[in-house]
Amino acid sequence: MTEMVPTNYYVFLAAALFGIGTAGVLTRRNVIVIFMSIELMLNAVNLVFVAFARHFQSAEGQAIVFLVMIVAAAEAAVGLAIFISIFRNRETLNADEINLLKG
Amino acid sequence: MSLGVFVVLALFILGSALGVILARNPVRSAMCLVMTLFFLAVLYLFLDAHMVGTLQVIVYTGAIMVLFLFVIMLLNLQTDPEESSATTTLSAAGGLCALFVGLLMYLVGNVENVPEPARDGFGSIQSVAEALFLRLMLPFEITSVLMLVAIIGAVVLAKRKIQ
Repeated sequence: MTEMVPTNYYVFLAAALFGIGTAGVLTRRNVIVIFMSIELMLNAVNLVFVAFARHFQSAEGQAIVFLVMIVAAAEAAVGLAIFISIFRNRETLNADEINLLKG
Repeated sequence: MSLGVFVVLALFILGSALGVILARNPVRSAMCLVMTLFFLAVLYLFLDAHMVGTLQVIVYTGAIMVLFLFVIMLLNLQTDPEESSATTTLSAAGGLCALFVGLLMYLVGNVENVPEPARDGFGSIQSVAEALFLRLMLPFEITSVLMLVAIIGAVVLAKRKIQ
């Protein structure tokens, strides 16, 4: 076995991934791309869970990643159904034009 | 895993993640996301999380991304001319990455803890299942309710026309 990578490097990588996801959510206008950016953020959190599970030798961290994946799948199913419904009615997926609930 | 392999994998992950938010065409974004998730799965394998890495490929790149691509192609999305410019996105990404990495460097930067070698069977299906079914039983059961709600919600939303 060669030398191991310190745990905090994984945390930095996850932070950068989370930053990229946040930038996508804040700047892009296509709601599907915003959704994919949210998936990036969820995966950054998953990476931290797995890295610390390895660090503390605890299987709970990996089990929670499994639960996060279920939440992401449920989110994708409902979110994409909402997008189909919006597209049917408004013919657009631009986040600036979807302002039905805007006061 | 040696530091060199980690750096190469990290560059692949960050590069394809930038591809997700910079690509003009949503299909290209989705393919970049598939790449990101796949390289993350490789990183999970190096972290002795064999079961999580396998699930990442099967559930994320297999099921969730197929759903994304299916919807993108169903709606026949093209490049949006009103989409924000790549420079805006890239500068936001750079700023936020610097912010988050800087924050975490401040919090955990000086702790260079190299983990000890993993126990036998760490990250196997058996050890994750023991954690999931013995100590995390309630959250696991709650996610099954969440899945049921998601299924019903998706069917109802996709069927009906809202005014």
